[in-house]
Amino acid sequence: MTVRQSLGFIGRYLFIAFVLAFFALPLLWLASAPFDRAPSLAVSWPEFTLANFRTLVDNPYALESLWNSVLLAAGTTAIVLVLAALASYALSRVRIPGRDALLYTLLLLSSVVTGTAAMVPTFLLISELGLIDRQLGVILVLAGGLLPTAIFILKDFMDSTPRSYEESARVYGASSLQILRHVVVPIARPGLATISVWAVVQVWGNFLVPFILLRSADKRPAAVTMFTFYTEGGQPDLALISTFSLLFSIPVVAMYLFVNRRYGFRFHGGIKR
Amino acid sequence: MAAITTHHLVKEYPGGVRAVDGLDLTIDDGEFFALLGPSGCGKTTLLRTIAGLESATDGRLHIGDRDVTDLQPGQRQVAMVFQDYALFPHMSVADNIAYPLKIQKVDKGERLAKAEDVGAGLSLDGLMARRPGQLSGGQQQRVALARAVASNPQVFLFDEPLSNLDARLRLEARTFLKRLQRDLGVTTVFVTHDQAEALALADRMAIMRDGRIQQVGSPREVFARPANTFVAGFVGSTPMNLHPAVVEGGRVSLAGTSLSLPPDTAGAVTDGQKVIWGARPEYLSWSPSTPAPDDDAVEGEVTVAENLGASVLVTVNAQDTLIQVVVDEENEPDIGARGWVRARPGRTLLFDAESEELLGASPGVPTVSAGTAGESA
Repeated sequence: MTVRQSLGFIGRYLFIAFVLAFFALPLLWLASAPFDRAPSLAVSWPEFTLANFRTLVDNPYALESLWNSVLLAAGTTAIVLVLAALASYALSRVRIPGRDALLYTLLLLSSVVTGTAAMVPTFLLISELGLIDRQLGVILVLAGGLLPTAIFILKDFMDSTPRSYEESARVYGASSLQILRHVVVPIARPGLATISVWAVVQVWGNFLVPFILLRSADKRPAAVTMFTFYTEGGQPDLALISTFSLLFSIPVVAMYLFVNRRYGFRFHGGIKR
Repeated sequence: MAAITTHHLVKEYPGGVRAVDGLDLTIDDGEFFALLGPSGCGKTTLLRTIAGLESATDGRLHIGDRDVTDLQPGQRQVAMVFQDYALFPHMSVADNIAYPLKIQKVDKGERLAKAEDVGAGLSLDGLMARRPGQLSGGQQQRVALARAVASNPQVFLFDEPLSNLDARLRLEARTFLKRLQRDLGVTTVFVTHDQAEALALADRMAIMRDGRIQQVGSPREVFARPANTFVAGFVGSTPMNLHPAVVEGGRVSLAGTSLSLPPDTAGAVTDGQKVIWGARPEYLSWSPSTPAPDDDAVEGEVTVAENLGASVLVTVNAQDTLIQVVVDEENEPDIGARGWVRARPGRTLLFDAESEELLGASPGVPTVSAGTAGESA
């Protein structure tokens, strides 16, 4: 090995170590700070305590906001799953002129619906509908924003299901909905699992939509509530924030592990092969 | 149990492609009927139209005495076995077989008992709890058949049922399929592009090209007296010898030799008419000895010999006309040997050179004596 080669070798590993540290530090902080008697923004070996969790439980909105997040995520995911399954199946099986153009346009516009640019019209629309400060309003807006991508990914799963399965069921007298229930949905289950996890994660982490559409503190989801954890002095309350962050991330990680074990992910949706 | 009748059935795809073009066909009750043709001839479309997976553009379709033209597939009482078997991968074998009964709202215990019963009849016992993915190709095919049987249909439709099996298994499955159909006595239509499969399985068969039927008949009729040169070339494991010839003085002139007219064509040809002389390699024989003067024999030289197992396919060059002859393995000639190709009496055919239709007695009616007709078929 020449000097030049060894230098390149060392350089490469240094770079990898740096990148690794860059991403690992916040996670280390998340693991250590909640158990630290005096959490700061630095990563340090914690003086172990569970007192931060006591503070969190005492906070009137913390646990309630987690429950609100669950409600929003469940509602949105249910709507996205049902509608996306129906729509992607139809789009996959029925030939309409301009089908692909429609899909791509929807996909393009979907980022606008839940994006900053459309917040004013979205707010006005929800206000007209009388859904301001109601969780249903948030669920509808989020579902609207997620649906195009969900349809796009699921359509690929539906496309890869051989038609002969459905035709076979049809010959034996199954109706379209029976075919969907007995044949298509079970076969597309890994796709549906992927979509649900993805939708839950999207809703779980969404700040802007619930922040703008919900007024009362007791309806806010965790992502918004976390924003209110300041001390009287206006400083971020790191004890609360770190503890809450840990609780906030656990359900998502747990769900991922569960779904992955149960159904197995097949992340190839939406890619043209 | 029911016959299938089509009246001027048309299936036209958007864009004007006529996959099925004005078809009149009757498939008798209990018959094992083959639709044979090259790919793209419309045979699968016809099968799917009978199933109701494609709607007919024009014409009527009857199953038994019911007009099913406008009925949904599920109301037609047909069962279809797809080329890929279309077994539901997430259901066990038992659930797959019982699926038609589930749709018919038979309760769970009863339908699983029936599935068990049908499965046992197709030697699937012991496999009922498995998933289709854990079965071999032959077993999967039997599950697909069992599902069709369990639905208790009036008509079976098979789309290339044997094409996904390997060669050895295919023969086994073929015999099995024929026995099953005979035992059940259900009218069966199956699609294939393999002429050997059609000849072996079918009671009657239809040869299709470009959405039209070329000939309908028993395998024996189709093999012995193809209605035109297309059928002649398509049916038979070795292609039929088809060579241009001329009628001269009540005889056929082929490759510089004068042969007697096939007996049934005497009144159908005129002197000087251009014809196509046809003879199956199996109906020709090779001999190195000089023939008797009244024998129909063409002299030539052996150029290629292809081994077929128990016999040899010999290509004989007779004045640049290549005639193929199936020769018994014991009599295999050497390359370059000279000799005579003899036609078995009554087994040569003449086709019109223009229309390519069979000349002589109406096609599909064998004029050869029944005793010899089946030998090679």
